[in-house]
Amino acid sequence: MSDTPAIQAEGLIKNFGKTRALNGLDLAVAPGTVYGLLGPNGAGKTTAVRVLATLLRPDGGHARVMGHDVVTQAAAARRVIGLTGQYAALDEYLTGRSNLLMIGQLSRLTTRAAARRADELLERFGLTDAAGRAVKTYSGGMRRRLDLAASLIAHPSVLFLDEPTTGLDPSARALMWDIVRQLVADGTTLLLTTQYLDEADQLAGRIAVIDGGKVIAEGAPAELKASVGGQRVVLELADPEDAPVAAKALAPFATTEISPAGAQSSLEVPVAAADGLATQVLRALDAVGVSVNDIAVRTASLDDVFLTLTGHKAEEAEEEAK
Amino acid sequence: MTAIAPPLAEGELVTSTRLGQLLSDVWVLTKRSLARIRREPETLSEVTIQPVMFVLMFAYVFGGAIGIGGKGNYHEYLIGGMIGMGLAQTAPGTAVAVVSDMSTGLIDRFRSLPMSRAAVLMARSLADMLTQIIGASVTAAVGLAIGWRIHGTALQAIEALALALLFGYAFTWAGICLGMVLRSPEAAQQTGFVIFLPLTFISSAFVPTQSMPGWLQPIAEWNPLSSLAAACRGLFGNPNPAASVDAWPAQHAVAAVICWSVGLIVVFAPLAIHLYRSKNR
Repeated sequence: MSDTPAIQAEGLIKNFGKTRALNGLDLAVAPGTVYGLLGPNGAGKTTAVRVLATLLRPDGGHARVMGHDVVTQAAAARRVIGLTGQYAALDEYLTGRSNLLMIGQLSRLTTRAAARRADELLERFGLTDAAGRAVKTYSGGMRRRLDLAASLIAHPSVLFLDEPTTGLDPSARALMWDIVRQLVADGTTLLLTTQYLDEADQLAGRIAVIDGGKVIAEGAPAELKASVGGQRVVLELADPEDAPVAAKALAPFATTEISPAGAQSSLEVPVAAADGLATQVLRALDAVGVSVNDIAVRTASLDDVFLTLTGHKAEEAEEEAK
Repeated sequence: MTAIAPPLAEGELVTSTRLGQLLSDVWVLTKRSLARIRREPETLSEVTIQPVMFVLMFAYVFGGAIGIGGKGNYHEYLIGGMIGMGLAQTAPGTAVAVVSDMSTGLIDRFRSLPMSRAAVLMARSLADMLTQIIGASVTAAVGLAIGWRIHGTALQAIEALALALLFGYAFTWAGICLGMVLRSPEAAQQTGFVIFLPLTFISSAFVPTQSMPGWLQPIAEWNPLSSLAAACRGLFGNPNPAASVDAWPAQHAVAAVICWSVGLIVVFAPLAIHLYRSKNR
């Protein structure tokens, strides 16, 4: 495998009026891997994808896809990319098959090749029975699959997936995950944005956390989790009024300051990994007379990474942005 | 398990010149617009039911009160104007279709494909010209039913229809530009109405310009729809009061329509394509 990244961005800047959507974004994605972009809404994930997919012209910096500059060699870049956005990019009034034929022909396939690929993809994505129906009769999951099929019709080397499973039910989501894994096995490079941290954890080989239009952390999911501190102790207190006392008793174990907002029955404390951690925690709490209903020790999740790096939870960030 | 996206074989990609690529893309996208009409024929009401309504209302409701000078028949007078009006009337619909298209993710997909940048809008203008042909045919058919006749030669009649379609095609580009600058289909519908309704009424489409107040007459005389109506009436051999109007566009109606059409295309087509290219950039 060559050392040249399939996707490379250097110092991308994009302004919308007075808002700076991208503020010096750097990315390097190795060929044949899945790369996850994480960040709160408004962090610049979608803007980054739109610049890389030649839809937006950056105000500063450079980006290349398979070696083609997305501004000066946009036409060449468009021949090697596929794009699946947050909203199904399909003609509602055409049939599923007609949509694929149209996109295939506009992707410079011959009519015969477009028809062959359309039928293959329809079968592969379980849409053969619905192929002759107008897309407006399709369910959300069917649209996403057809949309993904459309972006695959000309065999792109690089595929951009902007929140591909947002709004899908669990089974439709699992199917999308299978397809993504199969695509990577085929050698396709994927850039994935998602608001579901478990999705990034499951699929992505490397992850970039984006906030304020630039990358604030980058690495494999395990590296990112390790970087925010090993473990979490989650407690269920018998008496919520005990929370301040419990917090004080746990301070020696904690890696960050704990400040419970008054009475609360559950308490989560980031701690350094240690042998006999749960026993020590319970002894300390028992010593100050705090009674515990439930205790769990778990390793940091991407949610914790997200919270530590951006200062808010992924879901809260989504809400704020709305 | 076989690959989902196996590499394409030799000869499965089209290699063509830029022009060949443009023509192919325009054709694929025009078929897309026409497929929608096939699935939802009611979208054609603008060019099927509306012309019938307008012709019948003007012929039988207002017609009796409208004098066209001399002893001309109003029904014969009306159709030359109605054909042009029917074409202008499709412009708001064009704007709505463009806004709707631009607000979906489909346009993003088109813009990420290795296709011609101008093809999406050119296909829109072509598809709308086909609906305009339907509209002009319906107007002519209703006209024939209420007593309108072509008195000129077949060649002149073809010239009149070709002139009307040229103008209709040019006018579509104004509608496309309107659709490119507005944000919602509702806004396009409203704005289109506000622009195109006065345009059709302050013309000789329904009444001779001589009947209007003096200050309004020059506006109506220079309205391209007046020239189109006069050109059609002249070529069809219908009553044409504009022939006695002492204004260049009335006296040289055919040349005026061609000038207007070329002017509209030269201004609005490049502007529309520029707006499309720079959208969201």
